[in-house]
Amino acid sequence: MNLFRTAFLLAQKDLYSELKTKQILVTQIIFAGLVIVVFSFAFDPANNTTKAVIPGIIWVIIVFSGILGLNRSFISEQRNDTMQGLLVAPMEAASIYLGKFLANFAMILVVEIVSVPFLFLLFDFKFLGSFPYFLLVIFLGSFGFIAIGTFLAALAANSKSSEMLLPLLLFPITTPILIGVVQATKIILTNMDQFSSALAWIQLVTAYDVIFFVVCFLLIDYVLEV
Amino acid sequence: MSMNLEREKAVLPPSQMTDTKRVSIGKVLFGATIISMLTALYFIFIFANEEKTMRAAQKIFYYHVSSAWLAFLAFFVTFFFSILFLIKRKRIYDTYAYVSAEIGVVFTIIVLTTGPIWARSAWNTWWVWEPRLITTLILFFIYIAYIMIRQMDGVWDKKARLAAVFGIIGFADVPIVFFAIRWWQTKFHPIVFGDGPSQKGGGIEDTMLVALLVTITAFTILYSYLLHKGVSFEKMKITVEQYKERLRESLDK
Repeated sequence: MNLFRTAFLLAQKDLYSELKTKQILVTQIIFAGLVIVVFSFAFDPANNTTKAVIPGIIWVIIVFSGILGLNRSFISEQRNDTMQGLLVAPMEAASIYLGKFLANFAMILVVEIVSVPFLFLLFDFKFLGSFPYFLLVIFLGSFGFIAIGTFLAALAANSKSSEMLLPLLLFPITTPILIGVVQATKIILTNMDQFSSALAWIQLVTAYDVIFFVVCFLLIDYVLEV
Repeated sequence: MSMNLEREKAVLPPSQMTDTKRVSIGKVLFGATIISMLTALYFIFIFANEEKTMRAAQKIFYYHVSSAWLAFLAFFVTFFFSILFLIKRKRIYDTYAYVSAEIGVVFTIIVLTTGPIWARSAWNTWWVWEPRLITTLILFFIYIAYIMIRQMDGVWDKKARLAAVFGIIGFADVPIVFFAIRWWQTKFHPIVFGDGPSQKGGGIEDTMLVALLVTITAFTILYSYLLHKGVSFEKMKITVEQYKERLRESLDK
């Protein structure tokens, strides 16, 4: 129980300081808006075929703005020399991970809540599929991405050029999840006839989330050693 | 991180190494590699029957599959020694993991090069966005990232620890390569061993199977030679580094 209590405390601390500075969240949302604008240049919103790339755009936004937040989550601790403080505090490394994960996850959910409707609005996208399943896919995909992302951010924070290292570590590891999530989103948004295969993709992503979350939990002790 | 800096600058304990015995193992492995490679060439070009539709171009198959096998073996060895390192914390396990990952990357490059060459004659296209190709490519990127962790600055045991963690995480990607073939119902890669479901014309002729197995054996011996050589190089590097540290120490006095 202590594990979760300290994790919640840590997440609260991160979110509270984020609420005060609004540094990361604002950057993430503006960046998401900019990605949408860039995509509107790349794919003409007036063209009907653009509808096909919407699921991909959603995930590009989540991944790119997610990376921005993940980069910050451990570097800010190191910059303030508070990492050692967290490590010597009477709590397990797993709860540091869990707390950071919760904070990052909360932030990416906010980014998604703002940017995805914005994307639908700007690209004039008529929502036809099942809304609860769409939310489920977004939730599962962000969960897996942030779970591994937080872990690898802790790993990359040891490097001096961690901003450059993190995407290189994160993208290959998360590709299986991203493939599954993009496929599932595509089916749910455009073609509900093939819903059974979307369910299969959701199962794949869920399995991945569970496996990697457990593995990260077990291995975080080695990453956060002094 | 000042503590890490101090440790980085600190004099390392002297290494104990007995190289006299290992040299002979290296020579034996070298000889075995040459002999087995020549045997493999005989089996590929003379013993094995020529494929009906692809003709001689199919011969690259033996090297393609064997390289893939070697890459997987190498990454498994990295995974194995990564776990061992996290448990035992001995530098030699880390060296094995690193060298094995390097060899794996080299042979993944060979797989990704011979693949398109073969694909051009067999499927009439260089590259197909097909699950197994993508996963092999991703595997390549994962281990490039692994090597990039090794190039980080800092003390060796921190780098070794982080790389070991990444080696374990990265290896979790390997089963997908085998899983993907059934998941996406690919039509390009035949399932060579065993009965493939819904695969027409799967299976392999006996002479080709013998040639393939001989090549795989040859590549396994080549791998153990490369691993042995690489580890002794790494050890030399570590020793030189230690001598340099000691020299610096004596100059400072």
